[in-house]
Amino acid sequence: MDVILDPWPWYVSGPLIALVMFLLVYFGKTFGMSSNLRTFCTLAGAGRRSTFFNFNWRDQKWNLLVVLGAIIGGFIAHFFLSNDTPIQLNPSTMVKLETFGFSNIGETLLPKEIYSWEAVLSLKGLLILMGGGFLVGFGTRYAGGCTSGHAITGLSNLQVPSLIAVTGFFIGGLVMTHFILPLLF
Amino acid sequence: MKYLKFILTGILFGIVLVKSEAVSWYRIYEMFHFDSFHMYGIIGSAVFTGILLLQFVKAKNLNSIEGKPINIPNKARSVTRYLVGGSIFGLGWALAGACPGPMYILLGTGVFSMLIVIAAAMLGTFVYGVISDKIPH
Repeated sequence: MDVILDPWPWYVSGPLIALVMFLLVYFGKTFGMSSNLRTFCTLAGAGRRSTFFNFNWRDQKWNLLVVLGAIIGGFIAHFFLSNDTPIQLNPSTMVKLETFGFSNIGETLLPKEIYSWEAVLSLKGLLILMGGGFLVGFGTRYAGGCTSGHAITGLSNLQVPSLIAVTGFFIGGLVMTHFILPLLF
Repeated sequence: MKYLKFILTGILFGIVLVKSEAVSWYRIYEMFHFDSFHMYGIIGSAVFTGILLLQFVKAKNLNSIEGKPINIPNKARSVTRYLVGGSIFGLGWALAGACPGPMYILLGTGVFSMLIVIAAAMLGTFVYGVISDKIPH
């Protein structure tokens, strides 16, 4: 059981993610999680404000079911298939986060300094989550895909646009991690 | 089975991303500091396996489960939208530590503050939809 309950190594996880992509392609669909954000907007009535949201959301019903499955999968993995093994982070990563004032680093999936209600209910904490979410939602649609659509599917299909998009993901990620996060914490 | 297969695929996706720790803010932070091979190993082996699988699909002219030829639509050619849009996405990815798949998966692990990130991501998508014909692609 330890093989299941311990964190899975990268060489098991990566091919399984490719399998998810392959299954969706085999089902006649594509692997693209960010499209659901657009579908949610359409369901919320965004079509009244922009034709971008005027499409038949029922064509995306399958993708909403993938989202439902992902939520259930997260629940199963976290509550039934995990032990309390802390994330084996590089010690130098932990030192950097300690200088941010973070503690219990890697003991949970997400830092309480960002995701606990105590953090979220401060103005700064709220702005961090809202800012992060907004940038992801705006950027992914502008770039025409996210990690699943570009980094996994697009690169697997050897598409140049996806390589450019993934390069962008890294430019933004490096700027945030090295220049902006140190200003925030 | 028509719908169940999508839920099951989603469950597999959610389990793998939690068990691989790819949904962890810490792992994203560590990746952008080049402190660990873990995330590069995940993405690299996923793409490597994905290339093999899609080459297999093409070589065998494999049909989908519905009996139609498998066709992965090409993305339109451009540099601006991918580089600029991608960079904006990257800023948010490293800040919130979650991209559109993990947002939902983390909700399943019981992190309900993620609903704020999801709502903000919807807002970001909405604003893109409203101004998309005014920004360069």
